Amino acid sequence: MATMKSRAIFVTGLWRENPVFRQILGICSALAVTNLLVNTLIMSLGLIFVTSMSNVTVSILRGVTPPRIRMMVQTLVIASYVIIVDITLKAYLPDISQALGPYVGLIITNCIIMGRCEAFARNNPVLPSLLDGIASGCGYAFVLLSVAFQGNAGLRNALRDEGHACSLDQLDDHGHGPGGILHAGDLHLGRSLFRPQGGEAGDGKVGDFDGTRAQRFHHILCRHLHQ
Amino acid sequence: MELGLSAFIIFFAAIFTNNILLTNFLGMCSFLAVSREVKSSLGLGFAVIFVMTCTSALNYLVYYHLLVPLGLEHFRFIVFIIVIAAFVQLVEMVIERSSPVLYVILGIFLPLITVNCAILGIALFMIIRNYTFLQSVAYGAGGGIGWTLAIVAMGGIRQKMRGAPVPKSLEGPGITLIIAGLMALAFIGFTGMIQIQ
Repeated sequence: MATMKSRAIFVTGLWRENPVFRQILGICSALAVTNLLVNTLIMSLGLIFVTSMSNVTVSILRGVTPPRIRMMVQTLVIASYVIIVDITLKAYLPDISQALGPYVGLIITNCIIMGRCEAFARNNPVLPSLLDGIASGCGYAFVLLSVAFQGNAGLRNALRDEGHACSLDQLDDHGHGPGGILHAGDLHLGRSLFRPQGGEAGDGKVGDFDGTRAQRFHHILCRHLHQ
Repeated sequence: MELGLSAFIIFFAAIFTNNILLTNFLGMCSFLAVSREVKSSLGLGFAVIFVMTCTSALNYLVYYHLLVPLGLEHFRFIVFIIVIAAFVQLVEMVIERSSPVLYVILGIFLPLITVNCAILGIALFMIIRNYTFLQSVAYGAGGGIGWTLAIVAMGGIRQKMRGAPVPKSLEGPGITLIIAGLMALAFIGFTGMIQIQ
């Protein structure tokens, strides 16, 4: 029973109610840090840590927090954990800390964390809250890594195929960001194709979600944009 | 960062070339959620401009005159978020008492602003880039105006799109994200005019 429940929590956080896709939370950092796979990975790990730990803390404090100031308490709990992440990164991975810049601090305002504290940890015991935090964090990480992966590979290929004069350095400077948003849109398309109730095309088979349609659509877009 | 970059240039750069929403992707959540029509986008936009300008000044003062002398730079995340939350709360109370008209326009949007990452982002960027006080305020104001520009444009597009047939699987967030991507691409056209960092 207990394992069934924790598995349900995991599936929900990772896929069924994936924070980025289904609830459109935490988009900002999802788009901003997906320029390099390493940065994305570190950012995701940081977020998983903060989400799970703040979920645990909020859950422990749920009996003693006055409901009126609970938002403030949650924000402070989250901010404390983010500071831990920030200091750790500065000490052990100074390069990545430099590259991520303000986005580590912006984990505080990542709505996924606050959303999970508010929706789950506030009313649930410690262990399920921990699981829920890890699951949501992993759901976020999954989307981020796929956007980063596609963003690195897909956009370049699309432009190179067209024989576009734009050099790769230029792409890194300018093309990455909007491409990231487009990719998020594409992934969303792929996601809704996969969901049985999401779109007309999805028949619920896992094979549906191979991203080819989204990818093709994306290539068409890129072609138009960069002509 | 170029030395002697004047506040004026930063102001315009924050609106166009370094638009906080479309090049740094901050404040996306409310951008996607509130941009259904021009009117509400405009309301939120004005609230953001106001809060951003004031909190960037406040955070600058707090950081350089309180945290740095005490050696507490690491606590800036907590302090900034408290300053922003407290300021928003204060503004809400003042507006409610003094100007009912303004309260109707801005009131419902103010609580949303505390968790708008663009506000915190502005504060963190100005510390990282070592801006002076005047530059920080210009950056805050420019950032707010840039954000408003983007969300109002988005509101207009989405309003027009209501009559347009959107593929069913793209409805909702999918098409909104794609529009946002196209807008961000359009804003790339501004890069190269002026560049900050």
